[in-house]
Amino acid sequence: MKKLNRRSFLKGGLAGGATIVAVGTSKQALAGTHNFGGYPDSMGVLVDLTKCVGCRTCEAACNKEQGLPTPDKPFDDLSVFEEKREGGLPRRTSEKAYTVVQKYDVEGREHPLFRKVQCNHCNEPACLTSCFVNAYKKTPEGAVIYDKTVCVGCRTCMIACPFYIPAYSYSSAINPVVKKCIMCYDTRLKFGRPPACVESCPQEVMTFGKRTDLLKLAHQRISEKPDKYVDQVYGETEVGGTAWMYMSDVPFDKIGYDNHLGTQPIISYVKEFLAMVPMVLTIWPALFTGFHLLSNRKDALKNDDNKS
Amino acid sequence: MNSLKSQGFAPVVSDLKKDGSEWTVKEKIMLGLSPKEYWAVQRRNPFNWVLWVIYAVGLPILVGRFIFGLGWVTHSSYDYPWGLFLGWGLFVMVPLSASGFMMGTTVELFGRKDFKPIERLGLLNGLLGYLFAVMFLQVDLGQPWRLIYPMFVSLGPAAVLFLVAWHVATYLSCQVAELVPAFSEWMGFPKAKKFIKSMVLGLTVAGIILSTLHQGALGALFTYAPGKVHPLWYSSPFQWFHFFVSAVFAGLSMLIVVSTLTKWFMRWRCDENYLNNLSKLTLGLAKGASLALITYLVTKIIGIAHDNNWAYLLTGWGAWYMFEIVVGVLLPLTFYTMAVRNSNASLARFAAFLAVFGIALNRLNTALITFNWQLYQEIPHWREVVIVITVYSTYIVVYRAVLARMPILYTWKEKK
Repeated sequence: MKKLNRRSFLKGGLAGGATIVAVGTSKQALAGTHNFGGYPDSMGVLVDLTKCVGCRTCEAACNKEQGLPTPDKPFDDLSVFEEKREGGLPRRTSEKAYTVVQKYDVEGREHPLFRKVQCNHCNEPACLTSCFVNAYKKTPEGAVIYDKTVCVGCRTCMIACPFYIPAYSYSSAINPVVKKCIMCYDTRLKFGRPPACVESCPQEVMTFGKRTDLLKLAHQRISEKPDKYVDQVYGETEVGGTAWMYMSDVPFDKIGYDNHLGTQPIISYVKEFLAMVPMVLTIWPALFTGFHLLSNRKDALKNDDNKS
Repeated sequence: MNSLKSQGFAPVVSDLKKDGSEWTVKEKIMLGLSPKEYWAVQRRNPFNWVLWVIYAVGLPILVGRFIFGLGWVTHSSYDYPWGLFLGWGLFVMVPLSASGFMMGTTVELFGRKDFKPIERLGLLNGLLGYLFAVMFLQVDLGQPWRLIYPMFVSLGPAAVLFLVAWHVATYLSCQVAELVPAFSEWMGFPKAKKFIKSMVLGLTVAGIILSTLHQGALGALFTYAPGKVHPLWYSSPFQWFHFFVSAVFAGLSMLIVVSTLTKWFMRWRCDENYLNNLSKLTLGLAKGASLALITYLVTKIIGIAHDNNWAYLLTGWGAWYMFEIVVGVLLPLTFYTMAVRNSNASLARFAAFLAVFGIALNRLNTALITFNWQLYQEIPHWREVVIVITVYSTYIVVYRAVLARMPILYTWKEKK
């Protein structure tokens, strides 16, 4: 057998590498990074929390657009802001409400601050990457939509979502599925129109547009009024960036936003395990069959001796 | 049954009765007793009375879960989408069932034939644990009839749960195959046993691969929730390894626990080969478990160091963490080591009970107790608890039924 020395090994490796580069040249391959970072022309919404007056018109618009059941309290009933869910936490999205407005009394601020909560439509959604039936899809328009006809109901997406957004129709015995905001993809976004909540807002709290443009706009507004706004656009980098982004005049961690989510998409924390999977699949068979041969070598030798 | 045996009752151990005629399947199912005797024995057993009570309460509630939906038996929490069904049924049951691949590896791969008397118990413990983990999953899934969707209808191969689903499914069939010999002896199909024997090494290696990956994957499922699980129970690079290594001693300890229970309550079914070797084998398992425990302990400490989580040890959560480590890892490690050094099987058995408790606590801590540590603590609905007890009782019933019949605790006497 020809002896494989270092030089010939390197040569072979280089040749192989060159072949791969020659054959596999594509824009993605040359880009060199493995971060998706979002579709270039995807749309988003910029929410200026300072403008919201807590009228709940967006909640009503969402309810109508998505054909959700009529809630117990009408949308002009502002007592819902005082409702607390378990743990003294404010109300959250549910199977019957894909968006909710929360009220925060912030010390030193003249009026309470209202915060609209709905799916943030991440660039690299945790729900999507955790789904074992591939129900979720990030559309080039920016929405995170899902196919409820394949939802098994494992609820891993609810575990994975760093924003606690997806809800589940526990009340149904026959066809329970995950429920969340889809940015009005089917009825509006697909045709280039803004989501119902954005359009309905009398205060023009939300701006609909290309995510890249919205980021420019947000930073421009902050630099124009540095005394008013906190110098952070929430959603610009959080968990890899989100389509919905927020501006505020009080620090975000004071109004229920998690400022410890990091800039990596959630899937990056799972990749260390995912990378190990093919290793085990390919190395274990040879390794353990080898162990077997080693630990049984005495018996094998004995058998050989008996034959000869 | 133990008292029956002391009165001279001889359980089925071969195809043939004493008088030379063959046992029928029905007679084998009745343990070689007449139907009248069989039911009398069942009625006398106080454990069965407890089971009747559990089923009287639990079965209607279990049926109700499928009629009225999950909302009727759980708190329908959006913040805690996983409750006791998965917390106990999947995350605790699966590591405790790692004994199957451990014993397969020991006996078939490393050629330690001296562990043969306990091998089948290890395999059965594995098979039934997985089977009932799937049962628990079926109770928990919103649409259990869609269980095969990730296999055939809509595939999401990049998800960790996809790997768990496929591996648990293939590993289940792998374990069924590994137990075919016991079934074939009992039923009298010698060909099936021969066929499995020809591929036992392949099955065992497949078992190791699948177990490494899905035990690890159960841990990796929590890496999707970096901010939700308390940092002391969370480690992005090591989570899978912590879950895998702890499954090793969990499986071995569970095997010691189960073998101890059989020695106490099913002595009538154990043969001399099993009973005489049990203390020695318990110490052998204890040796393996202590090696896994020390590996686990060190990698847990490395996990804390890697993320620089030391400061959390001084908080209330830190005290809870120390409790889990001391009672569930350090104490069993110490007792196992002392047991091995002094050849004290009883001490090893005590250590095994502690280790099983420790692993259950660890998994419940990760999945439920420290999950959402920054929000609030979810207390499961009472109906959820009742269902868990009911399904777990069924696990015990099936376990006991198989042990009483098939050659697991005794060696089948083959026809000459």
